[in-house]
Amino acid sequence: MLTSLKRIMRTGSVGFVRSAYVSFSAIYVMTITLLVIGGSLVFNALLDHTLVTLKSKVDVNIYFTVDATEEAILAFRRQVESLSDVKGVTYLSRDEALAQFRDRHQADELTIRALEELGDNPLGASLSVTAHDPSQYEGIVQFVTETSEQAETTIIDRINFNQNKSAIDRLTTIVSVIDKITQIIVMTLVFVTILITFNTIRLAIYTAREEVSVMRLVGASNTFIRGPFVVQGALYGIAAGILTLILLYPIAYYLGPSTDAFFGLNVFRYYLEDFGRIFLILMGSGIGLGVISSAVAISRYLRI
Amino acid sequence: MLYFENVSKYYGKNETVALDRVSFQIAPKEFVSIVGHSGAGKTTLLKMLIAEDKPTEGAIFYESQDIHKISRAKLPSFRRKIGTIFQDFKLLANKTAFENVAFAMEANSRDDDEIAMSVPQALELVDLSDKMHHFPSELSGGEKQRVAIARALVNQPDIIIADEPTGNLDPIATYEVVQILKKINDLGTTVILTTHNKGVIDILEKRVITMDGGRIIRDDRHGKYLL
Repeated sequence: MLTSLKRIMRTGSVGFVRSAYVSFSAIYVMTITLLVIGGSLVFNALLDHTLVTLKSKVDVNIYFTVDATEEAILAFRRQVESLSDVKGVTYLSRDEALAQFRDRHQADELTIRALEELGDNPLGASLSVTAHDPSQYEGIVQFVTETSEQAETTIIDRINFNQNKSAIDRLTTIVSVIDKITQIIVMTLVFVTILITFNTIRLAIYTAREEVSVMRLVGASNTFIRGPFVVQGALYGIAAGILTLILLYPIAYYLGPSTDAFFGLNVFRYYLEDFGRIFLILMGSGIGLGVISSAVAISRYLRI
Repeated sequence: MLYFENVSKYYGKNETVALDRVSFQIAPKEFVSIVGHSGAGKTTLLKMLIAEDKPTEGAIFYESQDIHKISRAKLPSFRRKIGTIFQDFKLLANKTAFENVAFAMEANSRDDDEIAMSVPQALELVDLSDKMHHFPSELSGGEKQRVAIARALVNQPDIIIADEPTGNLDPIATYEVVQILKKINDLGTTVILTTHNKGVIDILEKRVITMDGGRIIRDDRHGKYLL
């Protein structure tokens, strides 16, 4: 058993080296397949990252009237915080709001002068509420509105959730649609390249069909015939996997800064940090593809 | 040892008759030549013997075993009892002479020490010790056929089947191959040879079965080529 296994490994490796041209074409095609798979991994990560970033940008701002006391606002804050859907609440006092306003409009002399002429701080305090999931905002807003309506004198001026919501909803939808479309395109590409790889390996084995018939004639068992071809297929996968990982390095390095600026995720850093996972996926796909293609292709010639 | 019982083979919808009710026996250690024109049914007969093709009617027995009732899993071990030699040599192009011969032993699960000892002996028997590490593309036709013979006999089979082994060879190489086959037979292996070559049959002076149109028309103990 062990001797057979050793012989199968040796014959497969020798075949891999001696049929250099066939090995080269199989590795070339397989590398393209793995590059498509690797590219799709990175692109998916970019889109997922964009979706998460967009979702985290959604929040509800509750603006209070100028005469609302800080105690009343903080009491209200505790009420909101006690809701299980709420992830966090940030309080912005009237003075902080004014400071932020001044800061934002420091180049706008007219506005600053108008503010100074008013004398008093016209801005109210506000609470910024974030939820665990965007779908929970409806409930939070409903709670805030109902509490405000039940109170004798309302301290809430307005809630700006709806204006933000529609814009963010639309962006989220666009990104999800892009995500789905790219997934379909990537799946199609992966499927096509897998077919091409399968056919390349089938051609490689077609050239060896005479060899298979000779092996059968000298009384080699099917396992003994199939083994070296399967080993060869696995070697194509390993070689293509290593080549793909090497090729992805400069590509990711080159694209890193641009993706960082556009999507907020540096693909080069992603490649380095997630190297273990990318390595396993690419090697696994390469070896799996090589082994399965070889085993299926060779089985055609073993049916006698 | 081998029994052909009313073996017929038709191709298509029974339109092409390759073999027509063929019956004969071959005894152990016999040297049998099968002669006939192209299409006489010689190769079909040999293909059935190594279970590469099935008869439409009749049966072929190796001792008491019906060859075509052997399960697919047990077929390789049956084939190892028969060594085959072909007109086109059928060597593995990406293996050296040594590796080609060794492959037959590896397929037979023989251990490495045995292979290291038997392969050079088999190559010596066919006078190819000096070209052991040459690839088939570096050998002449006669040399390739001798590698094929070494491969066929290295597992010490009960029967050697040679299908037109001299078809692609010049007269000197033909003579050498025939002498080697004779030597193998003298050492106790049954040899079944098909040929077109009148000279080969006349040198041998062994049993000759003459076929025509899928039938046996003559079976002579010490025959000559009479077509």
